[in-house]
Parts: sequence; C-alpha cells; structure tokens
Amino acid sequence: MTDHNHDFTKTEPRFSATFDPFTISQIQRAAATGIYDIRGGGTKRKLPHFDDLLFLGASVSRYPLEGYRERCGTDVVLGTRFAKKPIHLKTPVTIAGMSFGALSAQAKEALGRGASAVGTSTTTGDGGMTPEERGHSSTLVYQYLPSRYGMNPDDLRRADAIEVVIGQGAKPGGGGMLLGQKISARVAKMRDLPEGIDQRSACRHPDWTGPDDLEIKIEELREITNWEKPIYVKVGASRPYYDISLAVKAGADVVVLDGMQGGTAATQEVFIEHVGLPILAAIRPAVQALQDLGLHRKVQLIVSGGIRTGADVAKALALGADAVAIGTAALIALGDQNPELAAEYAKLGSVPGAYDDWQDGRDPAGITTQDPALAARLDPIMGGRRIANYLSVLTMEAQTIARACGKSHVHNLEPEDLVALTLEAAAMTRLPLAGTDWYPGKAGF
Amino acid sequence: MQIIDMNTTDLRALNTALQAGEAGSAWSVHNPAGRHALAVGLMEDMTVTIDGHAGYYAAGMNQKAQVTINGNAGQGVAENMMSGAVHVKGNASSSAGATAQGGLLVIEGDAGARCGISMKGVDIVVRGSVGHMSAFMGQSGNLVVCGDAGEALGDSLYETRIFVRGTVKGLGADCEEQPMTEQDRTILAGLLERAGVTDCTPADFRRYGSARTLYHFHVDNASAY
Repeated sequence: MTDHNHDFTKTEPRFSATFDPFTISQIQRAAATGIYDIRGGGTKRKLPHFDDLLFLGASVSRYPLEGYRERCGTDVVLGTRFAKKPIHLKTPVTIAGMSFGALSAQAKEALGRGASAVGTSTTTGDGGMTPEERGHSSTLVYQYLPSRYGMNPDDLRRADAIEVVIGQGAKPGGGGMLLGQKISARVAKMRDLPEGIDQRSACRHPDWTGPDDLEIKIEELREITNWEKPIYVKVGASRPYYDISLAVKAGADVVVLDGMQGGTAATQEVFIEHVGLPILAAIRPAVQALQDLGLHRKVQLIVSGGIRTGADVAKALALGADAVAIGTAALIALGDQNPELAAEYAKLGSVPGAYDDWQDGRDPAGITTQDPALAARLDPIMGGRRIANYLSVLTMEAQTIARACGKSHVHNLEPEDLVALTLEAAAMTRLPLAGTDWYPGKAGF
Repeated sequence: MQIIDMNTTDLRALNTALQAGEAGSAWSVHNPAGRHALAVGLMEDMTVTIDGHAGYYAAGMNQKAQVTINGNAGQGVAENMMSGAVHVKGNASSSAGATAQGGLLVIEGDAGARCGISMKGVDIVVRGSVGHMSAFMGQSGNLVVCGDAGEALGDSLYETRIFVRGTVKGLGADCEEQPMTEQDRTILAGLLERAGVTDCTPADFRRYGSARTLYHFHVDNASAY
C-alpha cells in the first residue's frame, strides 16, 4: 500500500552491523590499493575509559577543602630512585614524546614553550633533539629509541631525563615509519637517511633484548651521564603487570605506561585498532606490580593514552599514577582539528575532528608536516600560549576534584574516591560498581 | 700511563676518571673481568687499553678516544660510537658497532650476529667472520668482513657499503651484490690499511649494497615489509 509520501510495501535500506559503511569502505580501499591503510592518531573505537569512572566527592564522612582558599598541591618529583638529579615538575601533566619529523619544528618549539611556562616537561621523539626544542624546554626528556636516529652522547648529557622506549600504546610490538613526504633535508640529515624515502624504524632495540640486557643498558646510560639523569622506561600497555615489574627490575627510575588511545605519527590502521590495551585496563595491574615490589611512589608511574581533561588526570592519579602525559590532546590545543580549516580538510577528504592523515605531511594546521609553508602557519609563541593555557586548565580541574575529595595534594587522591559506572570498568579497575561495594572478581558474590 | 685495577676500583670510579681524562693521556685498565660498560662515554683523544675481556657495551658512545681491548668483547662493543677508534684483539659478541655514527671499529677475531646493525657512518673491519643479520638496516659507513658472512647479510639496507672476502651464506631483503667501483676500491684499501690488514687486497673482496627497492612502500614489495 502506498500513500503520496512513502512506499510502505518496502522496508528501509538496512546497513549491516558487521559490514557497516566504514568497514565496507575499508574493504573497497584495500581492494583498490593492495596495501594496508596507514594513518596517525590513536584508536578511534569506543573503549572503557575514564568516562566510566566517577568521583564520589566529600560529604558527611569526608570533608572537602575550600576551593581557592586551601592549598592543594600539584607538584611531582620524578626519578627519586637512583638518579642524582630527579626532576621536579609543578604539574603532573607532561608532554609525551613526539618527534621532530612527525611534527614541525614550530610545533616542537610551541610544545616546549607551553610546557616550560607551566613548569612541566616535554619529550623528544624518534629523530633526535633539535636545538629549538632544547632551547625552549626547561625540562626535556630525551627518548632512547630502537632506531637511535640522531642519538648522541652530547644530547644525552644535555637532557634532563632519558626515556628508554620499548613500545607505545598505539602499536605495542611495532616499529615506526615516517613516509617520504616528511623526510625533508633537515629530517634526513638528523636521521642519516636519504632524503624523501619512506623511513622505517626497527621494533626492537639493536643492542639488547629482554630485561636482563635492559638492566645492563640502563647501567651504561647512567655511566655515560654520571648517574644524574632519571631513566624512564616506556611501554605500550599490553601485559602491564609483568612489563612494569621487569622494567623496575631492570633499574628504571620511572615507568611510562601508554594505552592504545595514545597517538602515533603513522601506523597501520589494523595495528592501531587491534593491538594493546585501553589505558583504563592497564593502570591497576601496573600499580599492583609497583606495590608488590614495595616501590609504589618510589618508582614513579606516568600514564598516557586518551588524557583529555583534568578529570582524566585526577582519575589516573587516583588509580595510582604519579603523573600523566598528553600527546593528541596537546596537538588539538595547538590547533589540530580546527573548524576554521574545514575547507582545507575537505580538500584532503576529511573533516575537522576526524583528520588523521598525520603521516602524509599536508596538515593544514602546520603541525604534522615538514612543508615549510604549512609549518609557517603555526606561530610557536601563540601555540606555546595555547599549550600553557590548556595545561593550566588540566591542572586546575584536577585540583578542583582533589579539593572536592578533601585532598591537600592531587597525589592524595586514591581508589577509594572513585566508583565505576559499568561492569567492564569495575572489573578492569577493581573499583566498586556505583551504588554497590562489589566489582567483578571480588570474593563473596 | 695511568693504571686502574678493577680488582680495587669500581666501575663508577673508572668511568669518572676516564671521562675526565685529558687529551693525550694514556690509561690501562687491569683485571676487567668481563665487566659491563667499561670505558663508556669517553670524550677526549686519549688511549685506553683494557687488558682482558670486556662485557657489554665496552667503549659505548665513544668520542675521539682510542680504546684497545686485549681480549674478547661482549654485546654492543663501541655501540653508537661517534668518533675515535676501538680495537678488539679477540672476538666480539653480537651487535658490535650498533648504530655507531663515526670512528673505526676493528675486530681481530670474529663478530657475532647483527654486527653493524643500524650503523650510521662508522667504519667496521672484521678480520674474521660475522654472524647473521649483519649490517641490518645499515644506513651509512662501511662494513668490511675478511672472513665469511652469515645469513641475511645487509637486510633492509640503506646506504652502508659491505665488503666481504669469503662466502656469504645469504643476502637479506633488498641487499644485492654490486660492481666494485674505483671509489669502492679506494675506500676499501684505505680501511684495510687503517685496520692494519696486510694479508689481503681489495681485489679479494666482493661489494654489496642496497638495491633500494624498499625505499618506497609498494604493494609488490609487501612480502618484504
């Protein structure tokens, strides 16, 4: 039967939940090109996350601190275990490792300026340390990666801390790649590579394998730097209890745990979306490992992967982290995904909010590019100000929550302040499901 | 000559002394007993003799210094060397000269697997043979092997030149034998001379390098990635 407006004899076209439009486009793209899809950023799938937790706040049984009146500390000291010169940050929010090469020199400078303005650290990446980055970063963590691109002992000594990178959340077990469009003359020279080639980075370190070797490698790095620098060990979240235990056994001062929401400059889509753990699932096992070794708060834990707000910061700290690191959020603060660039994103087949072709070097925001004209669009001073603003907001938001929970320091936040909204989050965090005193796996049910 | 006896000195004191050593100074390290991280992070043109076996990362990240190991060396000898020279009188374990950017590494005996892995400008001369995956992802510099090479030589090679006198058990992805040019012969002759090799000439060697087919991702190379 039909009327003037609708044919009721037929159903609406129905899309498959399994072969949804995006999946169909993936199959079509694969068939057309014959090679896997490479993109930037972290996982885009919906995962259990900090949104699945809530703070309880103070009431009759707990009393809050007065906002703006009573002090709530935010500082953190990293590297207290063995390093002669631990680093002291004013906020527990740090900038994660991102390379010059993946990012423009202007973007790296802006990150350094912003981080320095609020008293926190920034981090180099695969490709070495640039003078701009060192010059504009009051506290700079120097990554020690499998490729060792640009690695040299002078920069090692110039660094404030050293981060031995074993993996990252976007691709635990994977190496790196930087496509030819981004291998400019300067990037090529720093990495000792031919200009314009698709650069591959190894997935394993070239001169050590396993935790026993790592212990010796850390000793060497300490000997070269007079035991001054805190040594971080960064792992992608996969087997956090064992990985953190082994990193600590190998002598780390600080362990960095990166969940699968953490971004990458360029990695296969299938890797980003299907390997690793969401950060929410990884923090409790990591903290448990430190507690079992009697080293919680003595070996500091930095977590990253999907930190967006001060609430995320506070939740990570309450679960037992000492600090967090931001990457993707920092790029957004710099200007990535800017709606004003909609017309330019459209030319690249994307829209603000979904742009993830960080690998191809045509970023209209001038951040993930080595094109001089595009990179010049980013003013490092203005960018630094936006980063500083954003970091300040994250810190103030975390303080707001900590005061509401009656804490005089953000590190006094604890699991008891939190509940889980979903069964999954409760199981992963061992926090009680909201309104109950139970989580999956707890005895007595 | 200043002598440091590792029977009575700890590693920190050794490296502190050597890292503060002045250009032109000479040091001898006795009883190293396979200790790891010996003579690392040196910065001046000085001579250091390690009189015995060394553990992992001996002379790591060396700058300018001339280090001789009168024994065998463990994993990663002269790793990430920037300049200077490291001379191993015995054998070297795996990853010798890994990621090194400059200087000269001479190994009188054999070297283990991954010799010259990710090398970035160093010159390495091995009087004996090298193990599998040597010069893996080698970016630049020269690897000279007077003996034989193991499997997957030069896998995923960039611009490192490889010279082998003996047999090659197998070439890695994108590594191929290439004609020896006059420039190659000159470079090789110079390296043999600097390494004190007098029992062979460039004519005894074959030259290997990158076919450069993996420099750009392409579907036809998918099996090699």
